[in-house]
Amino acid sequence: MKVHLPNSAFLGNINAFLKVIDTSDPEVLEITSNEKWISVHPVVLCMVASLGLEVRSKNSNSSIKCERFTATSKHYFERMGLFSFLQLDSEIEIVEHESAGRFIPLTQIKNSTDLSKFIEDMIPLLHLDQKNTQPIKYIISELVRNVLEHSGSKNGAIVSAQYYSKSNTIRIGIVDAGVGISQTIRKSHVAKTDLDAIQLALTPGITGTTSKEGGTDYNAGAGLFFTKSIAKINRDFFIIYSGNTLYKLLREKDKNEVLLFSDPLEDKHTKDDGLPYWSGTVVGIDIDLTKTEEFTTLLDTIRGIYTKSVRERKKAKYKKPKFI
Amino acid sequence: MKNLKLFPLVGGFAENKDKARDIRVQEIIPVLEKGQNLILDFEKVDSITQSFAHALLSDLIRNYGIDVLDRISFANCNETVSKIIEIVVDYMQ
Repeated sequence: MKVHLPNSAFLGNINAFLKVIDTSDPEVLEITSNEKWISVHPVVLCMVASLGLEVRSKNSNSSIKCERFTATSKHYFERMGLFSFLQLDSEIEIVEHESAGRFIPLTQIKNSTDLSKFIEDMIPLLHLDQKNTQPIKYIISELVRNVLEHSGSKNGAIVSAQYYSKSNTIRIGIVDAGVGISQTIRKSHVAKTDLDAIQLALTPGITGTTSKEGGTDYNAGAGLFFTKSIAKINRDFFIIYSGNTLYKLLREKDKNEVLLFSDPLEDKHTKDDGLPYWSGTVVGIDIDLTKTEEFTTLLDTIRGIYTKSVRERKKAKYKKPKFI
Repeated sequence: MKNLKLFPLVGGFAENKDKARDIRVQEIIPVLEKGQNLILDFEKVDSITQSFAHALLSDLIRNYGIDVLDRISFANCNETVSKIIEIVVDYMQ
């Protein structure tokens, strides 16, 4: 496998980074990087860490080759824990008095207890007020639980987040190297392509655990829809990448009224179904804290479309007795 | 009527679905089976996820019917907690 950390890779321009990932040899990971400056979304770090974990867990012959980082921004990767994740010596020294910043370093979450502890511990790291912590806790809880319950990934979920003061934005990445969305959704639904599967996974009330509307006692099929909706109402980016396909929710312009749709393909989005195969699921989201609506306002908006969508599909499946 | 305080069981951010399921099976259903009513007390719980509320309530509504809500009351819910419970109750009907 080969991955190149470019000069810039954020949700808006992440396609170029994804296109050059080479997943052909699962026993070797080669990491190269831009020589001068590297600035990437936490989801990119999560992907590299996830690939590294997969290689490390293969066998003793597997290896990770990482070109020495020369970029001025190389300290960022040390602080985010990338090299310790990959079990590599970066030869980068962090000056102790350097500001700790506002970030959540790369973290592996393998079970429910880890997740609860992670959520408890992470919020102080971001130094945010109650209004802004609610959607972040919510998103991380729902998405990581999806990984733990559906992905089948032996390495669990890799999570990371970073606050960017210039844009007053939190960027979050959650990645797994499990079975991917298609395999999960196809347990209960028909999905010919990865895009079909992503579309279903983002539709309220649809879960891979049952074909019944509204889910089971344990799964409602709402986590991804809620997350996408939070991004949409706040006019932020949201991406989901699984198999060969990337779905990207685009930012709404400030002048436009934001409408939620149960079908993600009705949202303003781009899709790319010709990307290198990612075995598992990658989710990235930005939360602009300047624009963040009150969480309760978000819930009001989501409630309307969620309930309408589930009811409409129940109604569509309703069968009348046939009198002959 | 039994008053079930949730904070000692789930903490300030109620997101663990396994705990929600345990509370439903071990605490709520036995009370309902005895024909008693129940108060779910969310005092000190700042927030819950939809997944938690679903794991706590959806099966009760499915198995006992929507009238089970005549026997369960929700106490000390802040606005976020109330709204998420309302979402689950809404789509389960």
